[in-house]
Amino acid sequence: MKIAVAVFPGTNCEIDTKYAFEKLGAEVELVFHKEEKLPNGTDLVVLPGGFSYGDYLRSAAIAKFSPIMNSVIDYAKSGGKVLGICNGFQMLLETRLLPGAMKRNANVHFISKFHHLRVINNENDFLKKLSIGDVLNIPIAHGEGNYFLDKIALQELYDNNQILLKYCDENGIDKNPNGSVDSIACICNKEKNIFGLMPHPERAVDTLLGSEDGIKMLQGLLDSK
Amino acid sequence: MKAVVNIQLKEGVLDPQGKAVHHALSSLHFDEVKDVRVGKQIILQLDDEDEQKASNRVKEMCEELLANTVIENYEIEIVK
Repeated sequence: MKIAVAVFPGTNCEIDTKYAFEKLGAEVELVFHKEEKLPNGTDLVVLPGGFSYGDYLRSAAIAKFSPIMNSVIDYAKSGGKVLGICNGFQMLLETRLLPGAMKRNANVHFISKFHHLRVINNENDFLKKLSIGDVLNIPIAHGEGNYFLDKIALQELYDNNQILLKYCDENGIDKNPNGSVDSIACICNKEKNIFGLMPHPERAVDTLLGSEDGIKMLQGLLDSK
Repeated sequence: MKAVVNIQLKEGVLDPQGKAVHHALSSLHFDEVKDVRVGKQIILQLDDEDEQKASNRVKEMCEELLANTVIENYEIEIVK
């Protein structure tokens, strides 16, 4: 399994992401944003978290014009698997590979803490190791994670099982940290090869770090080749 | 020539920043404020001569980069 992790100026989660996937036995290559092509034989592209281009204008608004992003968009549109975490999720929204947009958190604060998530759909490569209703404990760290999309688009997500995780409390009851519509934390595209989430599974791969609930999520992508 | 672009969240999209500012104004007893929307203004210096052409180009800029049209509206004003 060969994973390409894209690195932009201001990205800061690439090493954590590499560490997590290598721990699970994958081969990981960091790919600089100025590269025009993804490495040959890439099985999964990860857009990691951080503050690409200082998040100027809007989060991830400028990253979408990086040379590497053309390849990532082509790769995703031809069915390649792409995972966007946090700022990477925002890139997937800005490039319109996933529907919707991010606003400032409802309380206007940057939120950095562990938060529980409930599995809504598992018929996809990302969450197939988990069961519907499972509650996970995963760190979140964002200032613009207030996911928004209009009612029609939201209904489409429900109809196609594209909502994968919702924010909740430890008992699995909806609990919304940032104002996201219907407490949504993670979605995928209709074809289920492009995944985006605000929480950081790569920071939850070791009990020493407070949780290893991220392993089951990332593992699903590794076994999907 | 100068283009002034005003970008705002669309009607019906809740504005967290506007709400926070409204709350702060209320606590300062500016009770007449009924609603607050926070937007951004981008000022572009252009070397275009033709107003219509400039306006079309700035519209392209808004669609491609300056605004996220999923949640934001934009208005362009050309200033000579």
